[in-house]
Amino acid sequence: MTDRPRLAVIGAGPAGLAATLAAAAEGVRVTLVDSAPQAGGQFYRQPASGLGARRPQALHHQWRTWRRLRAGLDRQLTAGHVTHLTDHHVWCVERHPVGITVHALRGPLQEDGVTVDADAVVLATGGYEKVLPFPGWTLPGVVTAGGAQAMLKGGLVLPGRTAVVAGTGPLLLPVATGLAAAGTRVAALVESADPKALVRHSRALAALPVKLAEGAGYAARLLLRHRVPLLARHTVVEAHGDDRLDAVTVAALDAGGRVRPGTRRRIACDTLAVGHGMLPHTDLAATLGCRLDGVAVEVDDEQRTDVPGVWAAGEATGIGGADLALAEGHIAGRSAAARLTGRRPDARTWTGAARSRAALRGFFAALDSVYAPPAHWTEQVTDDTLVCRCEEVPACAVRAAVRELGAGDVRTVKLLTRAGMGWCQGRMCGPAVAALTGCPPTPARTPFARPVPLGVLAGQGRDTQTGPPDNPPDGKDPHDD
Amino acid sequence: MNPLELTDARPGPAFTVTFDGREIDALPGQTVAAALWAAGVTSWRGTRGAGRPRGVFCGIGVCFDCLVTVNGRPNQRACLVPARPGDAIRTQDGTGHDD
Ligand SMILES: Cc1cc2nc3c(=O)[nH]c(=O)nc-3n(C[C@H](O)[C@H](O)[C@H](O)COP(=O)(O)OP(=O)(O)OC[C@H]3O[C@@H](n4cnc5c(N)ncnc54)[C@H](O)[C@@H]3O)c2cc1C
Ligand code: FES
Repeated sequence: MTDRPRLAVIGAGPAGLAATLAAAAEGVRVTLVDSAPQAGGQFYRQPASGLGARRPQALHHQWRTWRRLRAGLDRQLTAGHVTHLTDHHVWCVERHPVGITVHALRGPLQEDGVTVDADAVVLATGGYEKVLPFPGWTLPGVVTAGGAQAMLKGGLVLPGRTAVVAGTGPLLLPVATGLAAAGTRVAALVESADPKALVRHSRALAALPVKLAEGAGYAARLLLRHRVPLLARHTVVEAHGDDRLDAVTVAALDAGGRVRPGTRRRIACDTLAVGHGMLPHTDLAATLGCRLDGVAVEVDDEQRTDVPGVWAAGEATGIGGADLALAEGHIAGRSAAARLTGRRPDARTWTGAARSRAALRGFFAALDSVYAPPAHWTEQVTDDTLVCRCEEVPACAVRAAVRELGAGDVRTVKLLTRAGMGWCQGRMCGPAVAALTGCPPTPARTPFARPVPLGVLAGQGRDTQTGPPDNPPDGKDPHDD
Repeated sequence: MNPLELTDARPGPAFTVTFDGREIDALPGQTVAAALWAAGVTSWRGTRGAGRPRGVFCGIGVCFDCLVTVNGRPNQRACLVPARPGDAIRTQDGTGHDD
């Protein structure tokens, strides 16, 4: 057992779990590292165990897939082939001549440093939601759509009594449905795209009738059972309130993506759940020097990045939902296991996964072109609207950096305005700064994926851990429950 | 229906934490943000520049908007940190280091 190769998988969402199970099944020891207290990632986020939810599936779909993943993980934990390090926030992955070292901060307070040594790594860090600025978007009560969903699935709490769900993209439907089912009055689902445009992409979509049925099922439940009005080709132009949200103004969009005059109307609400699509988490890949393809990690047919020993799967390599994440994770796990045991991977062992990967990538490329933010959304961003939430940089400063100071790229705008220099390191404002300045969007490049206490950086309080112990007492990490 | 009923939850016994000195109830496993939300509190930070109120935004540890002071330690992400019995949670003003 000691000479089995060791694989570190970062992220315990669908992609990381599929990679873990595929690699462990082929005799590789896996250390699964995740910042959350439980496995599942964003899609299968579980209620905190102390809440004793007996029917968590009421907030989920594809529960059977989750049960299969969870059972597979439990089996591998018991067999001692997999160790699951929960509550471990990875801030850097380091590559050296004999393998890789994963550096993490342990626990909710993230103070102790932990390292995991392995022979290779799969990055399955998922993504986060993109939100474009509009007047009032910093008011308490305005949350990301996925964030509202995460607080509901994980903490079993609702943000408020009356919500508007707005923005663009397929995530809005499950979020609105989840909130409505859990007792929030959803006053409107405001979608800037025109779902009828999906018809133009019928070829890519027809390849996946299941996905379409899933979307249609959501829409039907939402519109009929919960009586949520759907405002297609509408956008939120402003969120109102003094110290917290009390209403939003929405307006219709014309065919060119501009707000139609005379269509503004105010909707009272205490919550606005808003999102404009997703962005891949690429910071760990960037610190490793992996090549990016646009804003996602670039991978080959085996899910390998261009850096030897580093695989990537799931939304980190491009946004495409849980099923695509599962397929990519499976391929990454198989490929890594083969290469770590000195074999050439045989793509015939993942034909099914490769087929669904191809179909799902096509499907999401089609969705992407339909669910784009309104073409002229920046016209709604007033000069005093904050663009960078952390550093409180208003749109006028970003605009002036280009118009008056001649900045020609996002980096220069950042140096001149501090937009993107704060805590989140531009994860939130990056796309908006790019759009407002006309610069190409670039992923936020940070030296570390998380803020790191100086003591940990200096190597103090460091505690080394090298993958699963050979004879774990019960195969489980003490933090895993 | 509320989310606890919907999922047929039988949480462990509720406990109290304080928010700016006021007692509020929390359930085991909930994050500080979830406990505050459940109590109807949506903001717990004043920004460094304009002192504007902020609370949860991304809900998953990415945006750092939800920073809060817990037991005298500022800059804790409320959406990640679990609430514990007796926690003294305080609104964080600015960097939280001037208290
Ligand atoms: C907030 C949110 C809510 C969503 N809700 C839905 C939904 O309801 N329905 C739907 O169809 N899709 C939803 N999605 C989309 C969803 O992300 C994908 O469909 C799917 O979960 C992707 O799987 P994944 O394995 O690639 O990533 P994820 O499921 O996102 O898993 C990534 C995992 O990596 C961990 N991680 C990331 N960085 C680090 C690090 N540095 N150190 C340690 N661990 C790390 C995360 O904690 C997470 O557990 C949501 C996305 C977000 C961001
Ligand atoms: S709400 Fe974004 S980090 Fe907590």
